[in-house]
Amino acid sequence: MKAKVCILRTAGTNCDAETDVAFHLAGAETELVHIQQLISNKINLSDYHILAIPGGFSYGDDISAGILLAVEMKHKLRNTLEQFVSDNKLIIGICNGFQVLVRTGLLPGIGNNSSQENTEIAQQTTLAMNTSSRFECRWVDLVTQLSPCVFTKEIRSSIYLPVAHAEGRFTASTDVLTELEANQQIVFRYGNRSNSFSDRTNYPHNPNGSDADIAGICDTTGRIFGLMPHPERYLTKWNHPRWTRESLPDEGDGLAIFKNAVEYVKVNFS
Amino acid sequence: MSNKVNEFQILNADDDELMQISREGTLSLNLKEMQTIQTHFSKLQRNPTDVELETIAQTWSEHCVHKTFKCIILYSEEGKETEKIEGLFPTYIQRATEEIDKPWCVSVFSDNAGIIEFDDTYNLVFKVETHNHPSAIEPYGGAGTGIGGVIRDSLGTGLGAKPILNTDVFCFGLPDMPYDELPKGTLHPKRVFKGVVSGVRDYGNRMGIPTANGAILFDSRYTANPLVFCGNVGLIPRNRCDKSVEPGDLVVAVGGRTGRDGIHGATFSSAELDDTSENLGSVVQIGNPIMEKKIVDALLQARDRNLYRSITDCGAGGFSSAVGEMGAEIGAEVHLERVPLKYDGLAPWEIWLSEAQERMVIAVPPENIETLKDICEAEMVEATVLGNFTDSHRLQVFYEDEIVGDLDMDFLHKGLPQHIKEAIWRLPQHKEMPSRDNDIDNYTDDLLRLLASPNIASKESVIRQYDHEVQGGMVIKPLVGVENDGPSDACVTTPVIGSEKAVIVANGINPKYSDVDPYLSAASAIDEALRNITAVGGTLEKTALLDNFCWGNPDKPDRLGELVRAAKACYDIATAYGTPFISGKDSLYNEYHDTTTGEQRAIPSTLLISAICVMSDVRNAVTMDVKSPGNLIYIVGNTYTEMGGSHYYGLHGFIGNTAPVVRPEEGKLTMDALSDVINSGLVRSCHDCSEGGIGVAAAEMAFSGGYGMSLNLENIPTGERITSDDFLLFSESNSRFLVEIEKQNQDSFENRMVDVPIGCLGTVTETPEFIITGLSDKRIIEGSIDILKSAWQTPLHT
Repeated sequence: MKAKVCILRTAGTNCDAETDVAFHLAGAETELVHIQQLISNKINLSDYHILAIPGGFSYGDDISAGILLAVEMKHKLRNTLEQFVSDNKLIIGICNGFQVLVRTGLLPGIGNNSSQENTEIAQQTTLAMNTSSRFECRWVDLVTQLSPCVFTKEIRSSIYLPVAHAEGRFTASTDVLTELEANQQIVFRYGNRSNSFSDRTNYPHNPNGSDADIAGICDTTGRIFGLMPHPERYLTKWNHPRWTRESLPDEGDGLAIFKNAVEYVKVNFS
Repeated sequence: MSNKVNEFQILNADDDELMQISREGTLSLNLKEMQTIQTHFSKLQRNPTDVELETIAQTWSEHCVHKTFKCIILYSEEGKETEKIEGLFPTYIQRATEEIDKPWCVSVFSDNAGIIEFDDTYNLVFKVETHNHPSAIEPYGGAGTGIGGVIRDSLGTGLGAKPILNTDVFCFGLPDMPYDELPKGTLHPKRVFKGVVSGVRDYGNRMGIPTANGAILFDSRYTANPLVFCGNVGLIPRNRCDKSVEPGDLVVAVGGRTGRDGIHGATFSSAELDDTSENLGSVVQIGNPIMEKKIVDALLQARDRNLYRSITDCGAGGFSSAVGEMGAEIGAEVHLERVPLKYDGLAPWEIWLSEAQERMVIAVPPENIETLKDICEAEMVEATVLGNFTDSHRLQVFYEDEIVGDLDMDFLHKGLPQHIKEAIWRLPQHKEMPSRDNDIDNYTDDLLRLLASPNIASKESVIRQYDHEVQGGMVIKPLVGVENDGPSDACVTTPVIGSEKAVIVANGINPKYSDVDPYLSAASAIDEALRNITAVGGTLEKTALLDNFCWGNPDKPDRLGELVRAAKACYDIATAYGTPFISGKDSLYNEYHDTTTGEQRAIPSTLLISAICVMSDVRNAVTMDVKSPGNLIYIVGNTYTEMGGSHYYGLHGFIGNTAPVVRPEEGKLTMDALSDVINSGLVRSCHDCSEGGIGVAAAEMAFSGGYGMSLNLENIPTGERITSDDFLLFSESNSRFLVEIEKQNQDSFENRMVDVPIGCLGTVTETPEFIITGLSDKRIIEGSIDILKSAWQTPLHT
């Protein structure tokens, strides 16, 4: 069975086209779906296996990044989303999508599974303004952590992707950080090639000042995944900033993330 | 007549009164134009309404109709007979394109942007605009709406192009200018710089368009008149490039609501600034990029379903100019009370003229209106029927069922009186600077100072604030090299992901040479833009140009003389290189009048040339960072003693008289041959020689690649005898490149470049030392690449 991907759009979404290409290259069937189409029930989320929330500036990131789309999803699509999650389907949020997932509380979602009926899913962490106080676009090394994340299964120990954001500093209380660590929910940390990825990572290798160098996390099941870097922007070697001087594989580091998702659907939903 | 409409009493006005009406209404109409309007309305035996006179003023403004580029010019040069030029635009720009006659030019100078062919499915559109006056007063809003406006130009070309790339070029005053020297009523260059960058960043990033090419220049003469050039490239299906309007089609406004923002923007930008201009806050518009994104999302769907026949953006002059232009050949009728407003209280003429942002006008056949409205509703965008196109050949404006404006389309679009302007050109004489070879031991310090000068120093802190990766197609980024921080010559992007077909965008701009001769400045700007295209793997054969002139007051004969010089160069050099102009724009009256001192300051005559090239295989692209120790460094192209306007002279307080000449026969041969060797894979890196000459270019290649270089000036091919090290090092002669070649390819490279002057200067070294040996066998530059790089990176770091 071909994996079906719902690529969610709203006003200000702007990485939908390349996310669409990425899932296509990974072998999925995709559709760009405006959130109004889900809210009005013109399109059913249950027809899809994967929900992708791409990058952009949803509703201008007014108030703060991702918050308005998160509120809309929580209040207008709550049951739909809960059903989607309990059907063991996949959700990925990239950049603005990650910000949305964090603000809905779907990530890190500690304790969400045990929560009572009708309790509010709470936001436990945030993605705050970069320590540089501004938008930055640069390529970063990511160190893959041991985690249950479906999207990064058997991925290389370190990969290279671009970030482009102003609000990407992952921040959480010590308790939450400890729990993330214990649950192996940290999927990617920013690293520093020249430091052989040891120690804490300094700016600009950690581009936004994230706590514990966290670049991406998953929920405890590994089926909901959010990250600030953009895997859809490194699909072939021609995307790499140094392809003119390094020998690189033809396939970009980002593609494996989409392939893993498609493979999961193939194994679990056929 | 509605009490919300006033008449301008012009019928019985004398000349003084006519000019008073023009001035007090910020109409920017001159006496001859006011008299022409008076005569027209005398025949009608009535005074014009405010809606009518304002509409004419917008339509006839320099900003909208480019009078200076179309008027007759009597041009005199010392010792020569006066020349009568029947319009700079037809004579030098349009004619160049016609004579070059490239079959891949799809639409030039007629639509909101130029269109060229891309592949079997798509064409490309490209437009560059300026937003100078607004950015001087309110940098953030001015620059943001500048980029917003040019994106709408792409969306308003053909039946609408998808924006795929932004370019931005800024000219500011010196960032370290003392506050007490600031002209009255102007903002400090640093504040303008910060505001402009933030404005462009926030608009472009939110729209999801990569900003991947640009330049930032500094000169004290830009303090009161900063320049903000914003460009956009769009991708459009080949079968969506034509537009038409038919009587009965609905006039539909799509996008944001109308408020009092930006009234008189077009006429305001057609006047000089002074210390009271800062009070004109309402002429600057307010941007909302998310609204614009929604419009793009909605209209591209409507375009693909063929729901409308024509589209244009509401830019300068608002609805008055958008509807006036679309209906120029047939007529239109508009009902202003239907326009959705941000707030109550707007007079009809304000609704009609408002330059509120993020609005498009489309011509919709009535049978499609419901489908169109559905699409807009789904994307949360307002679409409102304002009226319809007619066959009356009149522009008829109603407000609450009363006619408040009724203009003959012919008079509106063809009634502008022909102007004759005088232009004078006199070659200035500047002091020359002798070579400093006998005075100093080495030029290491000069090189460090050049690298650290704001015009040359790294712009990384700005570039990183722009998202240059969004849309996933950027293949050669603005920053390249081992640490991703070297200065790329051009950007290369693949708008169709998975295809090897690519677009290269580059620019050239040399206002310093204008101090010597604007002809050389313009010629060099074209050469520089083409060098940048060539350096990354493009070809002249597939390159088109855009011209953006920013000048002082063209009513002053000396300013206009400089404009004539530059226009002549555009024709000469573009035809010689075979690279057509496909679009252009001018922004004149960039002058500041200091009412306390009476001083009049004009900007340096500034021509920005933007170049766009279609590259057939992106895999052949190269970058400017050196790749491996042991490789050979060649100079390609002749060096001349052309120090006039150079950064080296500038460093020592000189201008000089011999600015770089363009020798297009030599230049074309060089660039064609180099394109050929690059596309054959023989070149490991390539960098054009521009600001700071060979010295700066070689240093940038070395530290961007993380290796040293050992070079000797001895083998530099020269077009004339040059015996001074500093002139060889820092001359800014055109059509030159530095290239890196592997030793094993030395013979094939030299064989293929046999018709081009080349010289092997030395090698890339493992040791990170940058060493240049002069003609007398002495080390004239010696320094570690880390020190050079840090000199280049530090000045504009924050």
